[in-house]
Amino acid sequence: MRTAFINQLCTLADTDEHIWLICGDLGYSVLEAFADRFPSRYLNAGVAEQNMTGVAAGLALVGKTVFTYSIANFPIMRCLEQIRNDVCYHNLNVKIVSVGGGLAYGSHGYTHHAVEDLAIMNALPNLIVAAPADPIEARAITTILASHQGPAYLRLGKAGEPVLHAAGTKVELGRAIQVADGSDVTIISIGGMLGTVLKASDELRLQGIHPRILSMPFLTPLDTAAILDAAEETGAILTVEEHGPGGIGTAVAETLAIHGHALAFHPLRLAKSPIKVSGTQEELRSAQGLSVEGIVQAAELLCRRPHSAVIR
Amino acid sequence: MSPTHRYGSDLGMNTVERLSAFAQTLRAHAVRMVHRSRASHLGSCLSMADILACLYWNTLRIDPEHPNWQDRDRFILSKGHGAAIIYAALAERGFFPVGELKTYCESGSRLTGHITSGVPGVELSSGSLGHGLPVGCGMALGAKRGNLPFRTVVLCSDGELDEGSNWEAILFAPQHELDNLLLIVDFNKIQSFGRVKEVLDLDPLADKFRAFRWAVREVDGHNMQQLADTFAAVPFEQGRPSVVIAHTVKGKGVSFMEDQLAWHYKTPSAEQVEAAMRELGVDL
Repeated sequence: MRTAFINQLCTLADTDEHIWLICGDLGYSVLEAFADRFPSRYLNAGVAEQNMTGVAAGLALVGKTVFTYSIANFPIMRCLEQIRNDVCYHNLNVKIVSVGGGLAYGSHGYTHHAVEDLAIMNALPNLIVAAPADPIEARAITTILASHQGPAYLRLGKAGEPVLHAAGTKVELGRAIQVADGSDVTIISIGGMLGTVLKASDELRLQGIHPRILSMPFLTPLDTAAILDAAEETGAILTVEEHGPGGIGTAVAETLAIHGHALAFHPLRLAKSPIKVSGTQEELRSAQGLSVEGIVQAAELLCRRPHSAVIR
Repeated sequence: MSPTHRYGSDLGMNTVERLSAFAQTLRAHAVRMVHRSRASHLGSCLSMADILACLYWNTLRIDPEHPNWQDRDRFILSKGHGAAIIYAALAERGFFPVGELKTYCESGSRLTGHITSGVPGVELSSGSLGHGLPVGCGMALGAKRGNLPFRTVVLCSDGELDEGSNWEAILFAPQHELDNLLLIVDFNKIQSFGRVKEVLDLDPLADKFRAFRWAVREVDGHNMQQLADTFAAVPFEQGRPSVVIAHTVKGKGVSFMEDQLAWHYKTPSAEQVEAAMRELGVDL
């Protein structure tokens, strides 16, 4: 995903001389592509995220479109107030990019687990919050954010994620992508869980359960219409995310409640408690049910139970 | 105006006496505004009155008729709690009607208690400390790499230099040779809950900046001639950011407010306002 991002950013910067890229001393073997081609619009701000974000705001105030780049929580948490006050309040063209969202840096330990980022970013004003599922979404969303007037947060995976969408798949700001249609349950995922969801979908179909699959890369703006259609047309919703409370599960539940839908619903997500053991991304996901089996099991339960029941 | 990286030194019509008179007027506005709105931060306003008068009537290349003029100098007030007096400066300079100052902190007013963008002439909202200098670095870098003629001036407080974000920016500016950036420190020696010396002593401040490769000058922040001459000499060294450490007195200009921590918070009574006006020699 990060490769798709940087390649697309280089393509865009070729024709848009306002695009800048600033990193917080991270991006080895990724950002060189941009740094070498556009040295006057590239900057390593050092291990100093507050200043990096303030500098980005200053550049945006003089007409630049600035992408800030770091890994996991680094580009958002230390500098949260700069994002809130300098970037979001002034509605500036600063796009914050985090590589290694979720548990991508699983074995690195809790400091490197970006599992609250969506909730924190989603609380801020004027900010687009996006987490693509595959390189096709990553490329398209990079383009959308570069031309959007205002700030954004882009949560990327790392490298080597498979392409999941067909070439030419339409990605639009604030719109979910329907990957498969079905009538028994809707599975909504944000970010890198889509691959696992699609495998689970295959299993479910073998069992005669036909899920609708929505990839929802935008937490803000949220595709409320797709959620309400899913509620009415499939009667049950399972959300799947590599993130704790406050992400897509929370957003979907709130949407359903506001619109008076009492249906079978379950947010499959990480617990709020920190993960204290080392593990691969796959292992740490699976330990909390973010696996093919976990998704299949949760979907089965939703399809079986009366719509007003509560899963746990 | 010709693009130049030198600050104008010609006081022209605005003699030292006139600039000092402007400063007294700004002080008087701030006293009345803070009284009317039962607000605070008066001591912080008064300590930077002379600096603001010098900047707005002598140093900054700005055009109140065209507040978004592309080549204008950018001024960032990082100590955003000094809002009353910066609004007074902007109004007196012609960015918006002086009459609007009466709405300071009133319900529905755009003149909030900490400086807020959207008010004509305001480049950046601030209030939480340690934000102005990094943003100023970004503006200066954009100008430098884009060969743009404007200069960026940031005014911060002394207490604000406790913030790590400022030291990140203090490292950054010389690295990128931002000689189109001027930082002014309003060093009034009192921060919000104690004397700077007792909370986190900044001394030797000039040496700290020198060690970080800034070009440093220290001035009496209430001596208008010194301020004008010093600002006119920026950049002090080619290839280096400039910092002016302005030694000031919190509450300057009103004897019973001077060098008192309490006037970071207190609202003057009607009698105190009248006493202040007499001392300032201004009747607004």
